[in-house]
Amino acid sequence: MAISHRNYGKARVLAPKGRLDHDNCEAFRADIRPHLEVCARDGEALVLDMSALEYVSSAGLRCLMLAARESGGRSGRVKVGAMQPVVAEIFQISRFNLVFEVFPTLREALASVSAQAAEAFDRG
Amino acid sequence: MRVRFWGTRGSIPVALTPADIRDKLAQALVAASGRRFESFGEAYAFAQQSLPFSVSHTFGGHTACVELENGREEYFVCDMGSGARPFGEHVLARQAGRPAIINVFMSHVHWDHIMGFPFFGPAYSPGTTIRIHGCHDVLEQAFRLQQSPPCFPVAFDELLARIEFVKLEPGESREVCGMKVVPKLQRHSGDSYGYRFEAGGRSVVYSTDSEHKLEVPSETEGFVDFFRGADLVVFDAMYSLAEAISVKADWGHSSNIIGVELCQRARAKHLMLFHHEPANGDATIEGVLRDARRLEELTRGAHALRISAAHDGLEIEL
Repeated sequence: MAISHRNYGKARVLAPKGRLDHDNCEAFRADIRPHLEVCARDGEALVLDMSALEYVSSAGLRCLMLAARESGGRSGRVKVGAMQPVVAEIFQISRFNLVFEVFPTLREALASVSAQAAEAFDRG
Repeated sequence: MRVRFWGTRGSIPVALTPADIRDKLAQALVAASGRRFESFGEAYAFAQQSLPFSVSHTFGGHTACVELENGREEYFVCDMGSGARPFGEHVLARQAGRPAIINVFMSHVHWDHIMGFPFFGPAYSPGTTIRIHGCHDVLEQAFRLQQSPPCFPVAFDELLARIEFVKLEPGESREVCGMKVVPKLQRHSGDSYGYRFEAGGRSVVYSTDSEHKLEVPSETEGFVDFFRGADLVVFDAMYSLAEAISVKADWGHSSNIIGVELCQRARAKHLMLFHHEPANGDATIEGVLRDARRLEELTRGAHALRISAAHDGLEIEL
């Protein structure tokens, strides 16, 4: 699956696109590992921009949980923003809304990391 | 084939408390306010049809005991949790003095799955034959141990029924009185075994106390094959997915979500959520069921999956 990334201040935003399920979750883990290493090494907060994620299965949720652990968690729980309605429901049904900090928008997720990250987002 | 649920709770029996009963009554009265019932029948119909299950009923508190009927004389039952006591009463009433042959299939011998046996009436009835099937080497040892001093006043050898232990091997099919049975190894402390039963063109999978590790695709595929096309899958849905794969990882249980996903992939017809968490009240279990049904709706392809939550006393005709 395609994953784009961008930094806003000390927040590293990863944006998975499409479906995350048992067929591609191990490839997803391999793709995001370099980003997680940077987060753990440099103390960057991991933020997941879910606006382009259409579906996530139990195997995909497990990968997201492992990513959260591997990112180092220096800024507390991993922040998740801008989920599509179906993915938001799956988070609620699975109780993963209690594992991650969930925000309606990416900007709100970034603002919870730092004012600097939100300002960087506003600058575009 | 008919399936009867005598015990559906996980880990330890639970009972409704006086506060639970009071709250259900209060909720029912609020729901009925402004209505007038001329008879018990009208009130009964209202309770049955208009109130949520969690208000008018309870999922029940007995631990695992599930009976299967295939139209033959012999009995089939999975596990001897505390639900074995009412199951035993049912057997004795139905037999009316005639000797019974009861085939028990044990998922494993943790206490919640054997605790009903000392209270299983047919075990005290001469002429009854009880065949306890399972894959564990310690099967007989466990049944004897819980009826050894100082745990219980009646020793295993004092039971009047003829009790036999039958060792099964995982993956090996066996025919028992017209019922084809295949056990499967499951991930649980000390191992557990699921069973696939087939008779008269119908199939039931009993798969409780089974953790599914999402990182092992071959294991997942094995369960998809085991559940393939089943008319009914009785599935351990004790925890939420988040609990099952994080704080309660390696506790040996599964979730409603994994049940939905496995049954969808296996194109099973009916998923029965089972082994309810003892800390969960009726409204919470109803929520677990509602969540599972919503997930099925969100992810449904060409195949629709029926989903229910087991409760003590439930009967399903397949």
